[in-house]
Amino acid sequence: MPTVVTRILLSLLLLLSLAAHAGDAQDFVTANPAKQASLLERWSAAPDAARLPLLEALQQGRVAADSAKTAFIETAGNYQAAEGEAQPLDTPKKLRLNNRLRGLIATAVASHQLLVDDPVLRLAAAQQLQKSAKPAQLQLLNAQVASETDDAVRDALTLALANLQLVDSDLAVRLAAVRLLGETGDPLARTRLETLLDPAVESDPTVRTAAETSLAQVKRKLLIGELLGQAFSGLSLGSILLLAALGLAITFGLLGVINMAHGEMLMLGAYSTYMVQVLFQRFAPEALALYPLVALPVAFFVTAAIGMALERTVIRHLYGRPLETLLATWGISLILIQLVRVIFGAQNVEVANPYWLSGGIQVLPNLVLPYNRIVIIGFALFVVVLTWLLLNKTRLGLNVRAVTQNRNMAACCGVPTGRVDMLAFGLGSGIAGLGGVALSQIGNVGPDLGQSYIIDSFLVVVLGGVGQLAGSVMAAFGLGIANKILEPQIGAVLGKILILALIILFIQKRPQGLFALKGRVID
Amino acid sequence: MQRRNLIKAFTLTASIAAMGMTWTVQAAETIKVGILHSLSGTMAISETSLKDMALMTIDEINAKGGVNGKQLEAVVVDPASNWPLFAEKGRQLLTQDKVDVVFGCWTSVSRKSVLPVFEELNGLLFYPVQYEGEEMSPNVFYTGAAPNQQAIPAVEYLMSEDGGAAKRYFLLGTDYVYPRTTNKILRAFLISKGVAEKDIEEVYTPFGHSDYQTIVANIKKFSAGGKTAVISTVNGDSNVPFYKELANQGLEATDVPVVAFSVGEEELRGIDTKPLVGHLAAWNYFQSVENPVNTEFVAKWKAYAKAKNLPGADKAVTNDPMEATYVGINMWAQAVEKAGTTEVDKVREALYGQTFAAPSGYTLTMDKTNHHLHKPVMIGEIQEDGQFSVVWETSSPVRAQPWSPFIEGNDKKPDYAVKSN
Repeated sequence: MPTVVTRILLSLLLLLSLAAHAGDAQDFVTANPAKQASLLERWSAAPDAARLPLLEALQQGRVAADSAKTAFIETAGNYQAAEGEAQPLDTPKKLRLNNRLRGLIATAVASHQLLVDDPVLRLAAAQQLQKSAKPAQLQLLNAQVASETDDAVRDALTLALANLQLVDSDLAVRLAAVRLLGETGDPLARTRLETLLDPAVESDPTVRTAAETSLAQVKRKLLIGELLGQAFSGLSLGSILLLAALGLAITFGLLGVINMAHGEMLMLGAYSTYMVQVLFQRFAPEALALYPLVALPVAFFVTAAIGMALERTVIRHLYGRPLETLLATWGISLILIQLVRVIFGAQNVEVANPYWLSGGIQVLPNLVLPYNRIVIIGFALFVVVLTWLLLNKTRLGLNVRAVTQNRNMAACCGVPTGRVDMLAFGLGSGIAGLGGVALSQIGNVGPDLGQSYIIDSFLVVVLGGVGQLAGSVMAAFGLGIANKILEPQIGAVLGKILILALIILFIQKRPQGLFALKGRVID
Repeated sequence: MQRRNLIKAFTLTASIAAMGMTWTVQAAETIKVGILHSLSGTMAISETSLKDMALMTIDEINAKGGVNGKQLEAVVVDPASNWPLFAEKGRQLLTQDKVDVVFGCWTSVSRKSVLPVFEELNGLLFYPVQYEGEEMSPNVFYTGAAPNQQAIPAVEYLMSEDGGAAKRYFLLGTDYVYPRTTNKILRAFLISKGVAEKDIEEVYTPFGHSDYQTIVANIKKFSAGGKTAVISTVNGDSNVPFYKELANQGLEATDVPVVAFSVGEEELRGIDTKPLVGHLAAWNYFQSVENPVNTEFVAKWKAYAKAKNLPGADKAVTNDPMEATYVGINMWAQAVEKAGTTEVDKVREALYGQTFAAPSGYTLTMDKTNHHLHKPVMIGEIQEDGQFSVVWETSSPVRAQPWSPFIEGNDKKPDYAVKSN
């Protein structure tokens, strides 16, 4: 007999608990946005493990409703009833969310994930709550801190809790929370502490003094992050300038060709990347993430071939006539731009970052280093080393240097100057193509891509000193860092103007640039 | 025999002459329509599709029998994104080609450049792009949005609960007249709504700026001081590096939404949109709006792009300025039918109060005095496929206020068009 009673009771309980969540998805789907927001707030304050799948589906935008307003969850194109066994009457429509709801959903998901077994998920959830926990979650967080077993998660939770405890009625709790916030370098902590300095907000002077100390601590940490961030963006801008200018350092710096078509070599490199991406999408979508690696040699050979063809057909007839070279290469650049415009259209084309070049690594609470920029800095250095090796350790490099220093003498010694010119120009163009691959990962790919880099490229080469690789490297990083130091102070527009003015003054004073070749052969 | 030959010869000459005459008569029977959009240079990215849209609309009107029984003949010129060249080409269209109307311009500076020409020669220009207002010429009809039909509703949305109830505003723009004027209006508007000066930050970048590291870092720092929204009037392809940097530095739309006034479907074609989901744009039309007129409009455009083999035809999209071009040409055709002539002064009168069922799903009306359309305002969120989903819209079309009340001295400006000089 007792067993029967227990069974009935148990099944009743089960039914009850089912009934308790039966409506969640349905409630949400039928509610208006304001009601949905209050539902989410209620759910975040009282999480229930059974609700997590629904919330995750919401976060991923997979919740839909048919014309009868029945909730469905989409998985790989199939719609399944969120509750019960209903079949959709027609193709369900995805639920429309706005940013406010998305934010609330993220908070709700986080507070539900505090209940899962995986400590990694719990840690991420606690970190999310540091940003977005609501006062209504105070009790939940208190309970979670008490029951948490993993140290890292507990620390993160304590911090999330501290944000809420700043307005606690208990003085000791407030004080502890203020001290704890001083330990973080979170930009949000700064604002929270600043509000506490106001006697109208915080009546107790001890807490106010503690807040001041904590604030100073936070500010120091934030400053370190900011300085590191500025240094990084300077390096990153420098590496981009370097990649853009390196090809020109060879064609203009070594060969002395005023190569206005250099920007278009960058552009063709970027378009080669685009073509490789399209081919991967069509023939090997599973290996799509690797396309930039394949694009590197492709871009190099495509642009090198075009460069050599140009050298043989046009530029070699113009050696020693800088004005004509300038006009001819400028004409070539216009032809190339229009050609690309006719083939690919005037619109920019889409070059997507593969997953390993998207996002960034969080170094400090206020410092995120994007992967694509880290990779590009590394790549720039790699290309510099490669070029240096080519010029200094190979026979071709020796010939190139000989020809640039004294063409006639080199020819007398049996250097085939024509072939060397062609190969050197091809090398310069090919390196510009490599630069184009890198540029495609951070900016636009369109017919006008080269136009926006040509001036900067010439600046770098002229400032660095014509004929010197090291000069270009120094000039690129110098310009990058100077730009990034000036920009926050006086704005991007004025910063650019000031840099230009400074370079003009510098060139007046020192026409040969930062580094100059010394010796009798150079005149 | 001789006489018969003579008659034969005469009939032959006569018929040849007649043929020649009918040919000239037919040539005179067309109405010439000028199209003044840059097909090369920096603005080609945006303006080329407007040229194609104009040609499609003209084809469509011709297929229905033309206007007043005459066929339309398009005269396309390329001002090459060169502002003074706009004035030159505009003059050429009006004086040499003798067109009856011109559809064209994108940037405000190009419009300002042709304006004196149209006022001097009493031409008629239809301008299809959203702009900063502060202008109302009797020789121009503005089918894009004025600030109160785009910028101000967008900011009101950001202030609302659903828009995230932003407290701080980061105004980011390209450094030229449209962003500067728009931000001036917005700043005055924000202050009138009780936003403090310290909660508004205004930053400009040069045209074609591509390094947004510092700016994004500053936005992050700024946003730590309270719920922040970015209002972007960044123009052209600078948007790509800006959005890429936002995504890579981990600023998401839920934290800091960006609402853009110059980013539409066409611009998103060049961007990997996955990291942008949730960011906003304000326009008067989106390709994704659902109504029969739009379904037909989008289908027609896709078919046209395919038939003419336009670049990227398989992914052809429509956007707001394209819709405005389409509406403008159709309204002009209706007005010419009504006036029975292409004479500018009569067509202008006929245009006042003209209505057209637009792809936006609303019947748009040309205002009786101010030369602007009454337009609905829509806020759209970027989706993964590069389209927008409308999250908010006005219940009915809004009348334009080209003279924004948020700029001092504008309350004294007349609400009808007068020549600017």
